[in-house]
Amino acid sequence: MRISTFFYTVKQGAKNIWKNKMFSLASIATMSACIFLFGVFYSVVVNFQSVVREVESGVAVTVFFEDDVTQKQMDEVGEQIGKRVEVSKKVFVSADEAWKNFQKIYFKGAEDMAEGFLEDNPLAHSAHYEVYMNDISMQNSLVTYIQSLKGVKEVKSSDIAANTLTDFNRLIGYVSAGIILILLCVAVFLISNTVTIGIAVRKEEIAIMKLIGATDFFVRAPFIVEGILIGIIGSVLPLALLYYMYRNIIVYVGEKFRWLSGMLEFLPVDKVFSTLVPVGLLLGVGIGLLGSRMTIKKHLKV
Amino acid sequence: MIKLENVSKAYSAGIPALNDVNLHIEQGEFVFVVGDSGSGKSTLIKLLLKELEPTKGSIMINNHRLGNIRHKDIPKFRRNIGVVFQDFRLLKDRNVYENVAFAQRAIGTPVKTMRRKVPAVLSMVGLAAKYKSYPKEISGGEQQRVAIARALVNEPKILLADEPTGNLDAHNAWEIMKLLEEINQRGTTVLVVTHNQDIVRAMKKRVITMRKGVVIEDERTGEDYED
Repeated sequence: MRISTFFYTVKQGAKNIWKNKMFSLASIATMSACIFLFGVFYSVVVNFQSVVREVESGVAVTVFFEDDVTQKQMDEVGEQIGKRVEVSKKVFVSADEAWKNFQKIYFKGAEDMAEGFLEDNPLAHSAHYEVYMNDISMQNSLVTYIQSLKGVKEVKSSDIAANTLTDFNRLIGYVSAGIILILLCVAVFLISNTVTIGIAVRKEEIAIMKLIGATDFFVRAPFIVEGILIGIIGSVLPLALLYYMYRNIIVYVGEKFRWLSGMLEFLPVDKVFSTLVPVGLLLGVGIGLLGSRMTIKKHLKV
Repeated sequence: MIKLENVSKAYSAGIPALNDVNLHIEQGEFVFVVGDSGSGKSTLIKLLLKELEPTKGSIMINNHRLGNIRHKDIPKFRRNIGVVFQDFRLLKDRNVYENVAFAQRAIGTPVKTMRRKVPAVLSMVGLAAKYKSYPKEISGGEQQRVAIARALVNEPKILLADEPTGNLDAHNAWEIMKLLEEINQRGTTVLVVTHNQDIVRAMKKRVITMRKGVVIEDERTGEDYED
């Protein structure tokens, strides 16, 4: 395509938007609303997922060994566990450390009571591994695997914690996908309407173009450009607004609700928007492209 | 060259718009097609532009059999045919220059060529001075000249004019016909569909008369043409 034709096409696409001001505005507004809601949803979901991940990272599987297992065998089991992809961290707690931890918790303020066990560790066979996971939904398979290892006596895990977090994560995924899908359909429908009006308004021009030998591409391109431009404008506006809002909200919540800081850590603005901006723009352009392509295919027989 | 062999066109069951038409128009000819409303003149133009497909028969234009032209090649084919309508069909939001340049832009002509050819063709139709005017600022005759300039700017071998004088007064109608004759003298085949008997009689060109979709007369010189 010639550069002059490219610029002409872009100019015509922009002109189309201007010619159908009201419909274009309606499309841009709807697109903005969709991308805005998507952005809000995304921000909430990624922050929530970050909290869930934080919780998940604290959920551990505890691996106990048979009484006659040697340190070397325990190290080997540890090595095997460490090779699993779902394992993020493993911590070995020896019998002595286990006893010390126990004392810290249960003999606090009454240390003299523990002196009776000076030579005798009541948790002599309590050496164990605490295994932390990247993905808690894989807990069951990991437990089954560890149980199959030689020397392992018992694997303790919290099924309720794992299942609840997994189910919750899945639910959030489904709800977000559902809402986003509905919003996208509405946006595509509205852009399609705007382009249909554009085609009706330019019916005569299109007829003339066809008669003087314009290619299909030349006739169709301005409408595609129109859809893409609506998509770009309709995504840049809400993304800018979201950026401004998110930045201020995390500052505001951080200052006004200090007591939340231990429970709720907002992701930094750059981390959220480094994904949200390209995804939002791509979504806008994609919706614009899809809406105009569908309409052209249906209404513009060239 | 335009050649129709046993061409029929029926829109639906009933009397066909064209019925077994045979025509042969040589390169460089000037031909009038006359007939009452419903005689099939407009259908003929649409078939020549490949806006419609014949129900039967074959059409050859410039050695291309229209039935063999694929959909994607239609734009290329149409670039060899200029077309002018009774209602001018100019783009109202663009000035004279832009209306003519539009035809060049639509086929991807480089801007440099456009800047040379558009003023030249506007000069030819006598509108060089009005290149900045918008359609509503010029007369009907001038609007038709712009339409002719637009049809000619891509240098087609054939010019089809569907009632080009239908919306014009006698003076402007004559001016347009003189312009069409001049274009024909430069080598372009001109086919004019018209109701204007005075012009047809005075021009003394080949006249094809149609009635109810059939060619009933083909007066080669126009000398003996009578309404």
